[in-house]
Parts: sequence; C-alpha cells; structure tokens
Amino acid sequence: MNEQELWRLMRRVRDGKMSRRAFARRMAAFGITAPMATQLLTFAGVSPASAQSVPAYRPTRRGGGGHLKILYWQAATLLNPHFAVGTTNQDASRVFHEPLAGWAADGTLVPILAAEVPSIENKGVAEDGRSVTWKLKRNVKWHDGEQFSADDVLFNYEYAKNPQIAGTTSGSYRDVNVVKVDDFTVRVEFDKPTPFWADAFVGAVGLMIPKHLYKDYAGANAREAPANLRPVGTGAYRFVSFAPGDLLRGEAFADYHTENRPYFDTMEIKGGGDAVSAARAVLQTGDYDYAWNLQVEDQTLQRLEAAGRGRVNIVEGGSIEFIQLNATDPNREVDGERSHISTQHPAFRDPAVRQAMALLVDRQSIQNFIYGRTGPATPNFLNAPPRFRSPNMTMEFSVERANQLLDQAGWARGGDGIRAKDGVRLKFLYQTSINAPRQRTQQIIQQAARRAGIEIELKSVVASVFFSSDVGNPDTYGKFYADMQMYTTTMPQADPQRFMNQYVSWEVSQKANSWQGRNIVRWRNDEYDRAYRAAEGELDPVKRAALFIRMNDLIVGSNHVIPIVQRPLVSASLNNLRPVLSGWDTTMWLLRDWYRET
Amino acid sequence: MPRKRVSPWGEAWRRFRKHRLAVASAVVLSVIILAVLLGPLVWRVPIDEIDFSVRLEGPSWAHPLGTDDLGQDLLARMLYGGRISLAVGFAAMLVAVLLGTLVGSVAGIASGRVDAFLMWLTDLFLSLPELPLLLLVIYLFRDTLRSLVGAELGVFILIVSVIGGFRWMPVARLVRAQFFSLREKEFVEAARALGASTPRLVVRHILPNALGPVIVAATIDIAAAIIAESTLSFLGLGFPPDIPTWGRLLFDAKDNLDFAPHWALFPGLAIFLTVLTINFVGDGLRDALDPRRVV
Repeated sequence: MNEQELWRLMRRVRDGKMSRRAFARRMAAFGITAPMATQLLTFAGVSPASAQSVPAYRPTRRGGGGHLKILYWQAATLLNPHFAVGTTNQDASRVFHEPLAGWAADGTLVPILAAEVPSIENKGVAEDGRSVTWKLKRNVKWHDGEQFSADDVLFNYEYAKNPQIAGTTSGSYRDVNVVKVDDFTVRVEFDKPTPFWADAFVGAVGLMIPKHLYKDYAGANAREAPANLRPVGTGAYRFVSFAPGDLLRGEAFADYHTENRPYFDTMEIKGGGDAVSAARAVLQTGDYDYAWNLQVEDQTLQRLEAAGRGRVNIVEGGSIEFIQLNATDPNREVDGERSHISTQHPAFRDPAVRQAMALLVDRQSIQNFIYGRTGPATPNFLNAPPRFRSPNMTMEFSVERANQLLDQAGWARGGDGIRAKDGVRLKFLYQTSINAPRQRTQQIIQQAARRAGIEIELKSVVASVFFSSDVGNPDTYGKFYADMQMYTTTMPQADPQRFMNQYVSWEVSQKANSWQGRNIVRWRNDEYDRAYRAAEGELDPVKRAALFIRMNDLIVGSNHVIPIVQRPLVSASLNNLRPVLSGWDTTMWLLRDWYRET
Repeated sequence: MPRKRVSPWGEAWRRFRKHRLAVASAVVLSVIILAVLLGPLVWRVPIDEIDFSVRLEGPSWAHPLGTDDLGQDLLARMLYGGRISLAVGFAAMLVAVLLGTLVGSVAGIASGRVDAFLMWLTDLFLSLPELPLLLLVIYLFRDTLRSLVGAELGVFILIVSVIGGFRWMPVARLVRAQFFSLREKEFVEAARALGASTPRLVVRHILPNALGPVIVAATIDIAAAIIAESTLSFLGLGFPPDIPTWGRLLFDAKDNLDFAPHWALFPGLAIFLTVLTINFVGDGLRDALDPRRVV
C-alpha cells in the first residue's frame, strides 16, 4: 500500500464513509497495529473513537426543558458579534448568531450553518489551497422569518472588512476575497496557498448578522443599528430582552434549522459578581446551572464540589503558563532601548545555564500543590490539538544535575554561594504579574535556584500594567526589561500557525514596532524561521504537523522557553446539565445541544 | 514637711503609670519589639524553607503559628516581617517628626511671610492624595534605587521617605501652634531680655516645651506608617513578593481565608496589636506630658 492510498483511506474515515474498525482491520492486514492505526488517523484530523467531536444529543423533541440559568461574572455589554470585544460579548452574541462552522473540543470543525465541512474530497477545499467553497444549509430561517442565503454571508464579509465600521473581526476578512457562487454557495479565495483556511466565517469571528436588518447601517452609522441591541440571528434561542452589563434573556426558536433543538424553553445569562461567588452559586447553592471561566484555586473548587450538587468542567485548550529566559541583555541600553536585539544575555547565552534553569523548575510540584486540575504540568510549549504535541521533550527536576552542569561549565560558587564566571554573576530578576499562584511559583523556583547557587530576585507587577501595551511603561511584558518572566499565552485557534509565530525572527518585540512584536523572548533561529515559512504553505497536514512539532522542539530544546503548566478552561455546571464545551471556540458555541438529564 | 523633689520626667512617668491601658500596651509593644529583634536568634527556622508535606497546617509544636501553602513556617516569617514592618513604622515616624518640627519651628518663630508660605505649603501637602502619589513615586524611582542600593533597601527608602514625607503636616501645625503660645511666655521674654539669640531661644527654651504633643503625634505616625506599608504590600506593591512583611502575609493568605484562617489571623493580629498598643501608649503619653491636665 503506498502513501496516497493510505491517505485516501484515512480521509474516508474522517468523512464518515468508512468506520474506524474497518480501517483498523485493513491496517492490520498490512502489519500495522490498532493503536498505530488510530495514531495515523489523528494525523489526518480524525479523533480517536473514544472521543467523538461532539457528544451525543439525547432529547427527542424541541423544547420542554424549562429554564436555563447561566452565570457570567463579567457581563456582556453589546450583542453585535462584529463589535464584540472580549469573550463575554462574543459568548453573548453567540447565543443568537451562528457561524458557518464551529470548533469542537478536539480541534475539528463542526458544520453549523454550512451543510458540510469543506474538504479536498468534497471539492470544498481547492487542491492548490487557494480557495475554499462553503455549501450552506437551505432550511435556515432568521428569527424574523426571512430566509438565510449566500447574500447574507457576502454581506457579512463586506461588513466585517469595511474600515468605516472598524469591526473587531476585520483581521479575518481583510486579506481574503469572497464571491457568491449561487444562492447557497460561497467561495473564499486566498492570494497564496493557505493550509489553514478555516478562519473567515468560522468560530467567534464568523457569526452571521442578517443583511436585511443591517444593510442601512453598513457604514459610519453601524453603531446606531437598532439590531445591535435587539439581535436577530439564526440561533436556537431568539432574543427576548437585554440589559447591558446585567441580564440577557432568550427563548426557544420554533423554526430552528436543526431538529429537536433546543431543549430549553427559555434561557438567561446573568452578569456580575466574582469568580468565587459564581462557583459557589452553581456548586454549593445550585442557584444557577452553569458558571463560566472560574479562575479559582483548585482547592476551593474541590471543597465546593464536595457539596455534591455540581461538577467542574475542565476543557483543554492551548493556553500555557511558561517562563522566558531573555536572549538579550536587559541591563544594557542601546539606542535608548534595553533588551536590545543586538545584545546577548551575559549568562543565558551559555546553554548550560539555560538547561540548569529548566532543571530547577519543579513542574510536578507546581501542578500538585498550586494549580491542581487547573494546570497539568507539561514539557511542551505546543500542546494541543493532540496531533501537534511533540513526543520528544521531557521534563525533569533535579538540583544535583543542575549543579553538575554548572560546575562543568565553569560557573564556580563565590564566597556568598552565588556562582560566577568571568565577572558574570548568576543573579537574575524574575518578573510576572500579581496573581497568587504566580507568586507561589516564583518562590518555588527561587528556592530551587538558590540551592544551585543562582540568586533570583522576584518582582511582581500589577496585571493591568504588566499586560498593557503602554509604550511609556518599562514594566510591560512586551518590553521584558528583566532576565526572566512568566505569564500565560493563549492559543486563539485550533491551528498553531498564529501561536507559533511567537518565535520567528521578524516578530521580535522592539522599539521599532512599539514592542508589539510577538517574539518577546527575542530568540532567533534560522531553522525555526525556515520551518515556520514552510508550514505556512504546506498543504499536507501530516508534514505540517511535523513542522510545528519541530518548531516546538527547537524553542523548548533551546531552554529559552520553559513550559510549566497548561491552563485549560475551567467552568462549573450542575450535575444533571450536559453542556457542550470546547477550548477552541467560545463557551456558547453549541448552546443548541445543551440539555438536562432527567 | 519637705516634699520630695520630682524631675519633670519623673512626674511624667508617674502620670503615665496611672493610665493602666497605656502601661499594659507598653508591655505588649515591648514584647512584640523584643520578639521581632531577638526572635530570629532563638527561632532559627529559615523563612523560605519550602516543604510541601506540611502545607497549610494549623499551629503545632513544630510550627507554632502553622504553615502557609508552601509549607513555610509562619512564625519565622512573622518575626522576619515584623522587623521590616516595625522598621518602616519607626523610620517613617522619625522622618515625619524631623520634617514637621523643622517646618513648624521655622514658621512659628519667623511668623510673617515665611510663616504664611510654610503654612501654604503645609496645606498643599495635606491636599495631596497619599496612595496614588506613593504609587507614582515607586513607579518613577524604584529602578534607580534598586540599582543603587538593592531591591529591599531601595523599597524601604522609598516607602519610608514617602510615608514620612506625607505625615509631617500635622506635626508642623502642632509645633507652630505651640511656638505661637510659648514665645509670648514670661520665661522666653526673660531669656530674650538676657540676650539669648533666636536659635538659642528655640533650641533651649521653646522646643523642649513644645515636644509633648509632638511625641504623641509621633506614636500615631508609627501606626499609620505600618498600616500604609501593609496596604502597599496588600496591593502587591511595596517589597518584593518573597519578603514576608505583615501586609504581604495577609495578601497571600486572603484566598485561603476559609480553610486556613491561621495564616491570615496571626499577621492580622500582629498589625492590630501593634497599632492598637502604639495608640494607647500615645494616649498615655499625652496624659503624662500635658502639664495642664490633672491626673
């Protein structure tokens, strides 16, 4: 069996034309074991049999589920998805508006307004990667009874990319061209081969607003559209009332395009409070069905869970808490700029020092004693979706080995116990934002480092300053005027392309780009740059995944970046509620499938 | 019948002893100060020894005040942090008293334009918001001082000078008012008639008599400075996060309040006791040093 044939088979499985079992049998005939066959399938974008993209939906009729109460400790303020800033507004508008497709928890696409997910087999994705054709469902009605069609999709494209409207979604539409093929088919065209084509019209940036209500507000007056606060969409729930910053209510839409959905007759999203009281309202008192984004220590969650009313949902995404070891010198000023790209860090330029630092991070304890379930330790920077996770990296905590390494590299202990070599002392400034778990992590690493003869000075900055893009402030993470820093970086899509650009040489954060560059650690590597360029145009998913894994190995292997723990999404729901959640899309991405088990 | 001769300080001590709460407070305060000064010599557990096997434990013989979530000994951290909190308090008080006395005496003795200007300056300072300014000063000068004297001492100098620099105004007003009344008194007139120079009048005759209220104001300043440092540490500013001042301990403890109350209780109690006892001692001193008051 040659490679092409193998690919053909795997695609058939992915599209549901062939069962996984049949595939495994065929592979066994060629001497490939079942686990190996499953592994092969994941490379083709097919999830293992145990984890279906979307859990089964049990209710057999529409409505009859009563009232659904959702709690958001940050409330939504507007409902037009093209103006949505932050996840709360994206979530609230997602209740009424739908995209062509959404991202499931395993990082695969689920068709919503599209009749099917485009692929090379169904001629949706062009072989040369220059266009993707979406076929729309034909039975979709807006909440006011109008028919949904390709004209609406085209309108959303023009609306989103219109600079007069200045929508938050414009980035996904600016560089593509969209044409209407027929009333229920649209084609998105790209300038160059694009392996990651599922951006426009997909997920949070792809929510559809109706042309017939917005066409008179598709210019500078866009913010005045009455529908901005009284949305008309295609979703399973339609609008009832909205008090910005407080309460949003909806009711089941009788003409919804998918049968037996939704389950609940009415629903509400209540805003306000804080994360701990939100967790309490679900887990302890059972006043609400679901509470969003619980940034609460795991110990607290566990004690609330012990009440037995609800449970904590932990959904894996790509967010990761990690340490950066500055590649440049933060204490030397060149052209009025510290951490200038022309400098080298006096200590971290020695690979032995970087490796020692990685050995001194006790990830397992940080997981066990600080983050708990909300932060699994990881050796990789790129962890998800699973097909992009490198098997090559390991994590080890060993003060002895760190000491050995430093001894061998000639860093000798001075009278005060601090190692030095050629006048460079191993004394580092380690900064992060103010957040209790981060300060605990800092202390754990500081103590281990002291035992290896490295002195670490801790610094914590208020989060609103640390994560700001204020050019005048020296304490921002983008400037990185410290030897080490730690924070969480998020992965916005189920594809790593926008995530892994954090280490390409042309993204270096510096004065010239007002420190907006994504490469904050200022590490540069030709092989990494080449791999990234190759991945941008690589259409073969297996080769592309291999390129991203190589990039992960390069940056993590350099030890300029030390991954600590993954940060999954944490929420709470009552025991009998069956929410469908995903780390790659907004919380409300499949609200139509939520139901209550009775 | 010959009366026993009593010096002014002896008389003050006699009056102070009559204020029972002040005496008790003075004892408690001395115990706290002694514990903080000598405690680390006796209790030799390191402040940052991480031991996950004993995390969040309540008081026991091994850890008399319990442990925090990294298993660090809270007694050792409290003793260490107390040094910093108390040092900040006393140093800031000294700065405030010195500045206030200087401004107050100059204004009080010079009167006229100088007095008007200095009082105008005092009013100006009174109207400045302390906390935002403290944040600004820390933001502006932290890095410079850090490179000059190190992180810990740099923040210490900043906090002390800012807190001290914003607490001198009441002292200055008190001293000025005392000067106004004292400089017209007969003994000052007499000294002036004998040819005493103005500096000598101020230093030898007026100032010692004006000091009573200043000492009282100073005690209150200590308490205010300790609280200001706690506020800063609680906001996560102030000292680096690994230095366990009392305010920082409280800040770290607040998320675990419901299942590890001891962690917040002891530093909170220490701040409470210190501030309360200092205030009572100040109260007692006021009674003792005010000659018009009959005790």
